[in-house]
Amino acid sequence: MERPSLTVRTLPPSVAAPDTTPLVIPTDAPGLGRARPVGPLRREGPAKLTGEAKYADDLVFPGAWFGATIRSTQPHARLIGIDLDDAFDWMRVVVVTADDIPGENIVSLIDDDQPVLVPVGGEIRHQAEACVLLAAPDRATLAEAKRRVTLRTERLPAVFDPLEADREFAHYTVERGDAAAAMETAELVIEGTYRVGHQEQLYIENNAMIAVPREDGGVTVHGSLQCPYYIHKAMKRALNMGDELAVVVQAETGGGFGGKEEYPSIIALHASLLALKLQKPVRMIYDRHEDISATTKRHPAVVVYRSGISATGELVAQEIEVIMDGGAYCTLTPVVLSRGVLHAGGPYRCENVRITGRAMATNTPPNGAFRGFGAPQTEFAAEMQINRIADALDASPLDLRRRWVYREGDVTPTGQVLRESVGGIEVLEAAAAESAFDRTHAQTRAMREGRTEGARTATGIGLALAWHGAGFTGSGEVRLASVASLELTDDGRIRILTASTEMGQGTKTIFPQLVADALGVDYDEVAIAPQDTSIVPDSGPTVASRTAMVVGGLLIKAAEKLRARVESHTGRTFAESYRDAGPMRIDEQFAPYPGEPFDDKRYTGDAYPAFGWAAAVAKVDVDLDTGEVAVRDCVSANDIGRVIHPIMAEGQVEGGTLQAIGYATIEEMKLVDGRYLNDRMATYLIPTSLDAPRLKSILVEKPYSGVPHGAKGIGELPMDVGAPAVVAAIHDAIGVWIHDLPATPERILAAMTGAPMPPPPGVSLEEPAPRTPPIEDLPAGGDKMPFRAPTDPGAER
Amino acid sequence: MGHYGEERVVSFEFTVNGERVVVEATGTRRLLDVLREDLNLTGTKEGCGEGECGACSVLIDGALVDACLVPVSQVTGASVQTVEGEAQDGRLSILQQAFLETGGAQCGICTPGMLIAGRAFLSSGTEPTDHNIREAIAGNLCRCTGYTKIIDAIALAAQRSAHQ
Ligand code: FES
Ligand code: FES
Repeated sequence: MERPSLTVRTLPPSVAAPDTTPLVIPTDAPGLGRARPVGPLRREGPAKLTGEAKYADDLVFPGAWFGATIRSTQPHARLIGIDLDDAFDWMRVVVVTADDIPGENIVSLIDDDQPVLVPVGGEIRHQAEACVLLAAPDRATLAEAKRRVTLRTERLPAVFDPLEADREFAHYTVERGDAAAAMETAELVIEGTYRVGHQEQLYIENNAMIAVPREDGGVTVHGSLQCPYYIHKAMKRALNMGDELAVVVQAETGGGFGGKEEYPSIIALHASLLALKLQKPVRMIYDRHEDISATTKRHPAVVVYRSGISATGELVAQEIEVIMDGGAYCTLTPVVLSRGVLHAGGPYRCENVRITGRAMATNTPPNGAFRGFGAPQTEFAAEMQINRIADALDASPLDLRRRWVYREGDVTPTGQVLRESVGGIEVLEAAAAESAFDRTHAQTRAMREGRTEGARTATGIGLALAWHGAGFTGSGEVRLASVASLELTDDGRIRILTASTEMGQGTKTIFPQLVADALGVDYDEVAIAPQDTSIVPDSGPTVASRTAMVVGGLLIKAAEKLRARVESHTGRTFAESYRDAGPMRIDEQFAPYPGEPFDDKRYTGDAYPAFGWAAAVAKVDVDLDTGEVAVRDCVSANDIGRVIHPIMAEGQVEGGTLQAIGYATIEEMKLVDGRYLNDRMATYLIPTSLDAPRLKSILVEKPYSGVPHGAKGIGELPMDVGAPAVVAAIHDAIGVWIHDLPATPERILAAMTGAPMPPPPGVSLEEPAPRTPPIEDLPAGGDKMPFRAPTDPGAER
Repeated sequence: MGHYGEERVVSFEFTVNGERVVVEATGTRRLLDVLREDLNLTGTKEGCGEGECGACSVLIDGALVDACLVPVSQVTGASVQTVEGEAQDGRLSILQQAFLETGGAQCGICTPGMLIAGRAFLSSGTEPTDHNIREAIAGNLCRCTGYTKIIDAIALAAQRSAHQ
């Protein structure tokens, strides 16, 4: 039988490619010729490499039904009624509405504003808001049932621009000295308004959750998630369940980056409601379209900035206003804003600072956590200012930072004295040296000045510096009061019990590594319990770059106690004697770090126990005809305190840097009528291997003494510096500043030619665009159509 | 999507990782679903369902293909290779071992597809330069690694294979 031709990706020809030097990687593995030991191999690596690792959609539950969500297609409306078509036999499916919720119709988080499902008579506040749930035994029935549900709505006026919104989620002011008076005395004042848009986390595994009802009346959810206890709390409240009835189990998780911090609570509730009503397991597996349409994004922001520089060349005043778009519900917005405000000054000494921030509600899907959590937005603005000041003074951007960067003993806008672990200058020097910044900067300048009319491309180099508070903001860690446990089982095994999740960043490797070191045993002797709320304590959410520092620190303390107890008991070393010493268990609870407690009302004191420091240098080529940017090189130097596992730490830096490059150049959500237009992988583009430069990461160690191992956070830090470095490089190449992210070809060409700028990022256009097909007609969770509908016209970018 | 009900279920025969299989399915059922649901080979992942991410990469008669775009009717008689066929006798392949050592797998969801793209690259005999490897995995998205360590892994595997 003849087979029709396949869609085959052609392999590259073996002819000489642009660079023909073979990569030289020493083969003396596992050291690979590195100066330092590389750390143990990834604990769950073999399972991931053989395909054995079970992600949520890989789990099989016999008899499971498929769930789907019927969502609003209005940005703001009253839900008048839910019509179920009489022509369909509704006995074939299960339908859940707000009336079926046994507890409170609230997704528990910071504020109680978000419903699990919009009730009839209730207010729809964004496109893609969940109103009805369906489950069916097979996908065909589910798809048919979905088409037979109609939401009757009455449209209400919608707000899309946070600058025009009047509903506020949060506001903060940070003040030190007298910024207004100091600005008066300044010799040079640089002002700017910077806008950044939504960014999609685009983990490659979509959100997925499976709810399994139990005989005791409870429900167990298995899913792709970051924070088991956030979901647990949400389930207890909406499902009216006690601690033991609601159980959350993490499946292998294919990336999170903040995107699986809070939305999984909603999916878990939806799947649970269906499963409880049906009394069978229900699979709620989002496809990419639904995942992008409905789940959270990085907050768009507007940052209005004034910097004052004295005649002696000091930074004497900063006046900063931050406005964030929270979307339709509060979610984590106050905390995102808080982090954004606290980082807005950048890592620079300044005696007179006033930062105000407010987060506003718009009729767009709620925004939430994404690596950096407010800081990449405001630090982009901060670094743009510094680079523009250097430009205005005709000073070296490197020298200016050397002069202004925080040193030990300096005081931040909240009055926090930076007593130790202040690596700003070290990362700056490391990145500058590795990239030969001064020399290259002089070369690109000469190239720019010598450029002729016929030039087709321009090359530039750019620098950025940032700080990132490690762990929860302010008194957050004290309130969390996390617990991490270590047990010696009665059969003589060592087991770690924490709720900290593995999503690729290395939790399951570095925890056993830290504990094994503290106990004096081999890495392989330390096991780690599954992230299951019926087994592990609440060690807080896996967010805020807190896992290695905070939970890792608790585990080391627990290990030290366990070791002392066993050794005093047996009179021999732990390693020799632990196998017969159990059962024993240590529960270690968080105790405040040294320093000035943070005052949540006045916004003074130690905002974070310590800061990570990062510098990036990017080199770009700009196509002068098309405005396209190619990032050729990127060096990122990061002070993360003591390095636990160099390869995984570098992996965090490299991955975060490429996400920042995407944020700077191509990643933009476009909205019409409050709906994401490019809500598919074909239209929301992230960097491929061909778009990415070879990333160079440098790890700098300035240990923090507040934790036994000296580690600070790493996950988010590299995300803060990539975008401003790229935009500075674009300026170096073509001589114009791009104030809005991403720096797309359209924005670059507009800036070069003086043509009108495209609309600001993050703000929805008003006109309802023609939509084919509407959300309801597309296969939702778990539905697998063999071939997808053709691309949305108008959604192409 | 009435065609689910209307289309005829027939049997298709092909090999997966060297083993002969016969599946009963409609002709338009995606190879991806056949592998994951009918054959319980869940190592092949779905990231987009539209040929953009490469998480579903498999080799069909040695050619690199997105299994989400291939109807099962097109693989009759063909030889399909998935990530489950990469390790031999319970031992990681040179390529898998290289990923493990260089840190080429983080969350792991792109990893099966990357391994398959890497396998196709190694079999092609193309010189393992940075650029050539980038081209070979350009249809496979990774959001975790920034690609550098994946490229190192494939280069390392090429180097070790050459020394064998
Ligand atoms: S799932 Fe096939 S290419 Fe993304
Ligand atoms: S390792 Fe997570 S997407 Fe590649």
